[in-house]
Amino acid sequence: MVKYEPWGRYPKAEQRAISIVDRYAMLDNDSTWLPFGNGRSYGDSCLNSDGTLVHTQYLNKYLAFDSSTGILRCESGIKFCEIIDTVLPMGWFLPVTPGTKFVTVGGAIANDVHGKNHHVDGCFGHFVVQFELLRSDGTRLICSPTENEALFKATIGGLGLTGLIVWADIQLKPVKSAYLDVETVPYASLDEFRQLSEASKENFVYTVAWVDCLARGENLGRGIFLRANHAEHQGPPQRVKKKLTVPIDFPGRSLNKYTIKAFNHLYYWNGARNAGLSKQHYDPYFYPLDGINNWNRIYGGAGFLQYQFVVPSDNYDAIREIMACIASAGAGSFLAVLKEFGEIPSLGMLSFPRKGVCLALDFPNHGKQTFELLDHLDEYVMAAGGAIYPAKDARMSRQAFQQFFPALDNFRAHVDPAFCSDFWLRVA
Amino acid sequence: MSNVVIIGATSAVAQEVAKLHAAERDTLILIGRNATRLEDIQNDLMVRGAADVSILVYDLLEDDKHDELCEQIFEHMIKPDYVYMAHGVLPDQNTCGGNYVAAKAAFNANCLSHISLLIRISTRLKALQAGTLAVISSVAGDRGRKSNYIYGSAKAMLSAYLQGLRNELFAYGVHVLDVKPGFIDTPMTADIEKKGALWATPQKVAEDIITAARKKKNTLYTPWFWFLIMTIIKNIPESIFKRLNL
Ligand SMILES: Cc1cc2nc3c(=O)[nH]c(=O)nc-3n(C[C@H](O)[C@H](O)[C@H](O)COP(=O)(O)OP(=O)(O)OC[C@H]3O[C@@H](n4cnc5c(N)ncnc54)[C@H](O)[C@@H]3O)c2cc1C
Ligand SMILES: NC(=O)c1ccc[n+]([C@@H]2O[C@H](COP(=O)([O-])OP(=O)(O)OC[C@H]3O[C@@H](n4cnc5c(N)ncnc54)[C@H](OP(=O)(O)O)[C@@H]3O)[C@@H](O)[C@H]2O)c1
Repeated sequence: MVKYEPWGRYPKAEQRAISIVDRYAMLDNDSTWLPFGNGRSYGDSCLNSDGTLVHTQYLNKYLAFDSSTGILRCESGIKFCEIIDTVLPMGWFLPVTPGTKFVTVGGAIANDVHGKNHHVDGCFGHFVVQFELLRSDGTRLICSPTENEALFKATIGGLGLTGLIVWADIQLKPVKSAYLDVETVPYASLDEFRQLSEASKENFVYTVAWVDCLARGENLGRGIFLRANHAEHQGPPQRVKKKLTVPIDFPGRSLNKYTIKAFNHLYYWNGARNAGLSKQHYDPYFYPLDGINNWNRIYGGAGFLQYQFVVPSDNYDAIREIMACIASAGAGSFLAVLKEFGEIPSLGMLSFPRKGVCLALDFPNHGKQTFELLDHLDEYVMAAGGAIYPAKDARMSRQAFQQFFPALDNFRAHVDPAFCSDFWLRVA
Repeated sequence: MSNVVIIGATSAVAQEVAKLHAAERDTLILIGRNATRLEDIQNDLMVRGAADVSILVYDLLEDDKHDELCEQIFEHMIKPDYVYMAHGVLPDQNTCGGNYVAAKAAFNANCLSHISLLIRISTRLKALQAGTLAVISSVAGDRGRKSNYIYGSAKAMLSAYLQGLRNELFAYGVHVLDVKPGFIDTPMTADIEKKGALWATPQKVAEDIITAARKKKNTLYTPWFWFLIMTIIKNIPESIFKRLNL
């Protein structure tokens, strides 16, 4: 059963929702709409409190698959986990995947999602061949880089505001196995991270680092660097682990400074012990958190905020300052992920990825103090010429959003007049 | 590599059942009244790995065509292993409670059309001495209550019919599964506010159905806790039940 709340469980707002029954259905005119995929966005970009959510759960069919070219035509509500199950046995994989496989194709397009291969492959939008967009006036438009081009670029990363993506053609990626050859490299400082990123970008399709956000001084930015390629051969058979579930909300303060610190240390030292080469199944490699159902409940009922930003790579000082600020506040989480984005320009007018270094981490929602800290971090990001990821946001200011997304005014012209979101009302 | 017939194939639950069979490389026949949607489902199942999928377009209320439909099924598929029946409608109790024409239509859609088809199909399966019939009834048939007893009594009749049929077909090696789901989040219940843990996804219900059909269970409550809920509900004395607002 679906509950209409964002993944960060903040903000909380009652939602009205309908499910579009099939790809031929229309939207009527008595409300404002916002497509809802699987609610894996952290903040209010997937909420529409004044209007109605249009859940795409029944748009879950494949329309065609050409196993020689790897072009998959599917409805927009289909989830990545399903696509993998279907196409991997035929030697295909998702061209770009976020850190959870429970996202829909529509959600992946609307946030132009990125993965650990951004430096070689760009964003999900780069693999969208075309899609059908249903507008509130009943028109259905095929959008591609050559047809309705402006609407194509507005809809990729368009936060669900330009209409409902009904189906899309996606170019998949050929793979030889379900496994990855992974190299784990513990490193001790931000400079080392930078060197590792630089040294890995040619020969590794996937690069990312887990960072100990509480390390300070010389250790600032220390963590574990993971670099990987799809393996040529299968690995050891995968033991099917029973999924863990977080059954209840943890008491709000159970994730205090000390538990977080202990966890971060453990992760770092565990990684240090497991350093070296290994063969990993795609599931634990790409989706380590998907093994725990409802892990978002560990932050308690007040929810949490994820903070994900990018700053230009020539500005490591900015990231250093921000990390120092987070470390001294001691409020960050064990989920700190650091990644260098590559040069490939994003297609979408509001796409988040751009060349630079990107950090993402969670903050348990402790009210005013949390919001003040994040506002403070925004100032660094703004000064550095960076940006914050709307998919993760529940609080950035109008002014910040407008600075981060300079194509906003172009974008406005493509917004469907009957589409709206809480995020959009807040920032635009 | 089973042979599977799905009647009412556009139903959300039936689609999920079909997907699970497609992933097993099974051969399917889909029956429903909406050709366009059936074609979409056909394409979907082919991508998912089905060995073959064919479509028969019939409005299942037209029982004068049921002989022809049955001919068609067995022409396409000599020996079905599983026959699922999932069509149905959820009528508005207020409308059909006071209107016999509407009530009769609800009985046709939720029970009589099923029986008409089952009579014909079971004759064939009896001759083949094989096959499993899995028919979706509902927990609503376990006890009549004022908010939906037209639907409920149609399902009650269907379940009683299935019980008798199972008894009869047993000697022929043909199995009958009566599926009793609780609340499922599907287009049928689109207008009902879905909150709380009692609501299941069509995926979950489909998994349960397939497992129960394989294991030749007689009655399936899905999700399982509906067995407990209905046991309690069935045991409330009528003198109390009649006063309740259910
Ligand atoms: C554990 C975790 C890890 C993550 N890792 C990453 C990561 O590595 N990289 C990354 O980029 N993101 C990441 N994300 C964020 C996630 O990928 C995005 O928020 C994604 O958009 C969620 O997809 P969804 O289907 O749940 O969509 P929702 O959250 O339901 O909706 C997201 C947006 O898409 C719009 N939308 C949905 N369907 C349609 C449609 N059919 N037509 C038009 N618009 C539509 C909605 O209106 C909304 O604006 C992560 C999220 C989680 C929970
Ligand atoms: N949803 C629940 O909470 C729930 C609970 C208990 C039991 N059930 C039962 O589960 C079964 C499946 O329902 P569902 O939840 O999957 O709902 P659904 O998606 O609405 O499916 C019902 C299907 O029945 C089809 N149908 C109705 N009349 C038909 C006719 N005359 N000819 C051909 N097809 C016809 C409909 O076809 P069209 O698409 O052409 O209209 C529709 O696809 C039903 O028997 C229902 O009673 C449901």
